[in-house]
Amino acid sequence: MQATSSVREILVTGGKTVRDVSEDISRQVEAKPSRLWWTAFGISLILLLFGVYCLATVLWEGIGVWGLNKTVGWAWDITNFVWWVGIGHAGTLISAILLLFRQKWRMSINRAAEAMTIFAVICAATFPLVHMGRLWLGLYWVLPLPNTWGSLWANFNSPLLWDVFAITTYFTVSLVFWYMGLIPDFAVIRDRAVRMGNKTRAAVYNALSFGWDGGAKTWMRYESVALILAGLSTPLVLSVHTIVSFDFATSVVPGWHTTIFPPYFVAGAIFSGFAMVLTLLIVTRKVFKLEDYITIYHIELMNIVIIITGSIVGIAYITEFFVAWYGMVPAEFYAFYNRATGPYWWAYWSMMTCNVISPQLFWFKKLRTNIAATFILSIVVNIGMWFERFVIIVTSIHRDYLPSSWSMFYPTMYDVGEYILTFGFFFTAFFLFAKFFPVINMAEVKSIIKSTSEKKH
Amino acid sequence: MSSTSEKFLVGIFDDEDILLHGVDGIREKGVKIHEVYTPFPVHGLDEALGYKRSRLPIAAFMFGLTGTILALVMQIWMLGFDWPMIIGGKNFVSLPPFIPVTFELTVLLSALGMVATFMIVSDMKPYKWPRTYDIRSTDDKHVMAIDLAANKLSKEEISRILKDNGASEVNEKNF
Repeated sequence: MQATSSVREILVTGGKTVRDVSEDISRQVEAKPSRLWWTAFGISLILLLFGVYCLATVLWEGIGVWGLNKTVGWAWDITNFVWWVGIGHAGTLISAILLLFRQKWRMSINRAAEAMTIFAVICAATFPLVHMGRLWLGLYWVLPLPNTWGSLWANFNSPLLWDVFAITTYFTVSLVFWYMGLIPDFAVIRDRAVRMGNKTRAAVYNALSFGWDGGAKTWMRYESVALILAGLSTPLVLSVHTIVSFDFATSVVPGWHTTIFPPYFVAGAIFSGFAMVLTLLIVTRKVFKLEDYITIYHIELMNIVIIITGSIVGIAYITEFFVAWYGMVPAEFYAFYNRATGPYWWAYWSMMTCNVISPQLFWFKKLRTNIAATFILSIVVNIGMWFERFVIIVTSIHRDYLPSSWSMFYPTMYDVGEYILTFGFFFTAFFLFAKFFPVINMAEVKSIIKSTSEKKH
Repeated sequence: MSSTSEKFLVGIFDDEDILLHGVDGIREKGVKIHEVYTPFPVHGLDEALGYKRSRLPIAAFMFGLTGTILALVMQIWMLGFDWPMIIGGKNFVSLPPFIPVTFELTVLLSALGMVATFMIVSDMKPYKWPRTYDIRSTDDKHVMAIDLAANKLSKEEISRILKDNGASEVNEKNF
């Protein structure tokens, strides 16, 4: 039928057939959750509840309970915002950009990665919303609504407003893309429920699948929609972190005012996103026994993306330093000198170690195909990426032009609490997703079974 | 569902390549295929069945264009005409700062509009139950439905043609 390379890429191991795919993936939706699932879900829920308490305090008392001061007006909140948005990027990269490049290995990881994107973007959005203080008035500040207080329209020259549009669009389009992928798989679970005689489940999943019929005409339109959504999401995902970086790059603060920010932020986002995908998938494949679908080969390929993006990020760090020196602007030079040797030197060097040195270990094939090493390094990378944002934000503003206003930032329980809130939400949502929705895109994996499944000997 | 009984002949295919060849063979014999239901998208099936290319990309483009125009008109009207503000001593209307919002709204409207169009043209609704010709069509079988009323050939003849062209089973289904 079609030309295939002589060396067949094996993406599904264990001699799986199309039938096995429905069975293996639907089973975890149909079965009662395991004790391991309950434990993990319970811990996430406790984190979430603690976070809700901290959030309630912040909303009641105002953001004064955070550790911000006159000099350092942005710290953990914006760091966490950028960190979470960045994490989201891997999902879209996997589902959209790899679709356009016809990379078949995306098929067994895209569902979980996209779910991660959606939850990460929700986590990210919490921070700027809460930072507005009076959250309930936020709508009037960020959306171009005519308002009765004689106020003005929103300022479209502001990168903060661009962020509102970028994040909202990104969230909506990612959600739609993810849901489109889920529709045929919900129909699989519906039909299995019909066969098992479980009427409630059949009705729920039929509603979720919008009465999917799987006809050739529907599939043709569906594929057309998927391709265009991928085409739209590709520039969208690049635009989102570009616009997030504009929050800093369009300012005149030394250390922020750099034109390298957009590509540097996008590479960093993909870097941290892939690390989070690995952290989650290594756990998911173990808990749901998906080793045949998410193979070592998948993990290795993701680690290669981490080497590439990690190296881009490393070069960006060096370029920033070079330009700070070469540009001969004393304030700019000081901002960078202070980063590496000032009171926040530990944050800077944690970032350098975690982001520049640690991913280089993946040049060793033994390490990038080792699950334990990958798991540890994926967490190290995300710690590093958190420090990157902290370093960019806090060290650039804690010592400004006026030495009398120099200051340090110390987080309070509520700064930490809100970060914990997002972790609680993220994992709670992810575990619910993994229980009730098929974690692997069955329809896509079925379509490649014939050409990429390992033959039984 | 209509009260008059509709009679269908349902051919089951185990493999996508056999199905693709089968569709060609069956159509050559002059059998009209109602629709083929597959568990995953089979490439080339739409062409084999003689379907015209989807016009959804055009819908996506039109919705996107609407987004672009809407965003530009909104920003220029709000900041340039309805309530001009001096921000950093810059022009009331200048295009570069309007590009991000324009781009985002283009993508947003294009994506949402296209998906809504898809749902409408494919008649997808949460409360709708599709006709099940064979429940295995979402699992691992490719299911070909043939409307007997739309075909001149007899049931037995069509059944033989289906079997000759690779169907592993042929069943009858009435609605």
